[in-house]
Amino acid sequence: MNIHEYQAKAILRKFGVPVPDGHVCYNGASAREWAKRLGEGPWVVKAQIHAGGRGKGGGVKLARTPDEVRNIARDMLGMILSTHQTGPDGKVVNRVLVENGCNIDRELYVSLLVDRTTSKVTVMASTEGGMDIEEVAAKTPEKIFVEAVDPLVGLTLFQCRNIAFSLGLGGKLVNKATKVLQGLYETFIACDCSLLEINPLVITAEEEILALDAKFGFDDNAVFRQPKIGDMRDYDEEDANEVEASQHDLSYISLNGNIGCLVNGAGLAMATMDIIKHYGGDPANFLDVGGGATIERVTEAFKIILSDQKVQGILVNIFGGIMKCDIIATGVVAAANQVSLQVPLVVRLEGTNVERGREILEESGLNIVAADGMADAAQKIVKAVKEA
Amino acid sequence: MSIMINKDTKVITQGITGATGLFHAQGARDYGTKMVGGVTPGKGGTTIDGFPVFDTVREAVEKTGATASVIYVPPPFAADSIMEAVDAGIEMVCCITEGIPVLDMVKVKQYMDGKKTRLVGPNCPGVITPGECKIGIMPGYIHKPGKVGVVSRSGTLTYEAVWQLTCLGLGQSTCVGIGGDPVNGTNHLDVLRMFQADPDTEAVIMIGEIGGNSEEEAAYFVRDHMTKPVAAYIAGVTAPPGKRMGHAGAIISGGRGTAAEKMAVLRECGISVAESPAEMARALLNIYKP
Repeated sequence: MNIHEYQAKAILRKFGVPVPDGHVCYNGASAREWAKRLGEGPWVVKAQIHAGGRGKGGGVKLARTPDEVRNIARDMLGMILSTHQTGPDGKVVNRVLVENGCNIDRELYVSLLVDRTTSKVTVMASTEGGMDIEEVAAKTPEKIFVEAVDPLVGLTLFQCRNIAFSLGLGGKLVNKATKVLQGLYETFIACDCSLLEINPLVITAEEEILALDAKFGFDDNAVFRQPKIGDMRDYDEEDANEVEASQHDLSYISLNGNIGCLVNGAGLAMATMDIIKHYGGDPANFLDVGGGATIERVTEAFKIILSDQKVQGILVNIFGGIMKCDIIATGVVAAANQVSLQVPLVVRLEGTNVERGREILEESGLNIVAADGMADAAQKIVKAVKEA
Repeated sequence: MSIMINKDTKVITQGITGATGLFHAQGARDYGTKMVGGVTPGKGGTTIDGFPVFDTVREAVEKTGATASVIYVPPPFAADSIMEAVDAGIEMVCCITEGIPVLDMVKVKQYMDGKKTRLVGPNCPGVITPGECKIGIMPGYIHKPGKVGVVSRSGTLTYEAVWQLTCLGLGQSTCVGIGGDPVNGTNHLDVLRMFQADPDTEAVIMIGEIGGNSEEEAAYFVRDHMTKPVAAYIAGVTAPPGKRMGHAGAIISGGRGTAAEKMAVLRECGISVAESPAEMARALLNIYKP
């Protein structure tokens, strides 16, 4: 789960990490009012969407007067912003952040994440703030400094100092940086983050440290114990079908192809997408109905797949381990009837009671193509969609 | 022989009085596994469907002599259950629970450091040595005793590989589901090392997916230390970057962990990589003559 920049900054402020004063606004007039309340200017108006690269797309602008803040905010609100992270369709800007500008002396980079190799939270810092960190890592790995944190001790002072000195900080900035880093670590743990990225972390001309931008990723597995974070979820930023699916405990991700997939198990669901591609087709989605697929869940899954206008055929691929194939077949037939299916449907069933399952599909009178194995299933649906 | 578990392994179920725990404990017992009891705090001294229930893992170990444990405890409490099993000296813990917060697992890993327990999972189907011992949720009947080891992050995709092997008449020595979480107890490399050392495993199928670099690490081990043939499949060629594909660990982040990248490394290391998930067993037969 992701949140907006203004929400991220509010969290950081709570944990003592300095951020510029600012406020979220939903219209031009309030942007102007907030600019006056915040200070003397200049101000920065920033489009709030869940994607990086906003500056290049015209989503971050400097304003010298409150009137200018209003005009920029007015133009930005409602516009469609496309960046390299939004996809070609872009995202509508529904809110802007108005905040005080600052005198940037240096731009640094800091992030915290769970490193899978060491199974530890790791602090990563670089002198190359404002840059794409993957590019820095690839071209100049010596400019990236890393400290792995012992979870039972936490981020120590000496580790913070190591990072500060590596970043070329001296004097009072060392202690200030230590405070910022410990605040970031505290935030990461308290909020169950999966990623916390400050890019850039700036040193101002007045020798203050400020988090100028903030990107949070949260561990979906921990949302149950983070109700305040859960409340920050902005459904407008997410694919409507993905939101709908998550409410039915279905794991769904929409893609650009035309063959809908309904599969049990995440690995098999990915493999099903891959085998469709392998035989020249294009998957419309990833969908894992879970281990215990019931009639209700299969029906919901069908509805979600079919609400995607691009879908011209559906492939159901079930390895019914514990789940019996006759029960799944009954679910598929019920779902297909309920949604009055118009597109070709190929079903591959394997596992317990598979014969009975195939009989149920055949007896249903529905236009269901039975397949024998994954390869056969993928070839059949690709062919059916091409001929349709 | 086999790895991790065999016909003599005594297993307890943590969370045995829950519907899922009981259902799979019964399934494992029907398969022939020595299921010797279970743990549910507060229900010690009772029995459920013939299984004695204990309040603590320590007590269960004392009374039953169990050396393995399988965990079906809900996500908020599962990390604690793993640590309880570790503390009780259980040799092999298999955590089936899906949805444990990753920072809980970070603590568990640190807690386990220097201790003798092997953790498999979480968020995994379990481990099975066909014909001898089944710990977990996999359907027993698709397996067949034999000489091929299987290791995978995914449950149903493991069943797919096992079924392909069984249909070709190839049995399995042990099948290990390491789970789809980013922080887990056992990775591909650990299992390959055990298969290499196991005299009764002749060949291995390794199934991976996008995210992390567990498959690459394992591939370097295959290149440098393995004498047995290894075939592999990597799921997620068509997965878009930045999206979590069902499993918490299945995500391409920062352009790293793509299927193409993994497959290239695996091939360079001499592994027979299946182009399609329908070809996993055949990819093995390309380099292995049973």
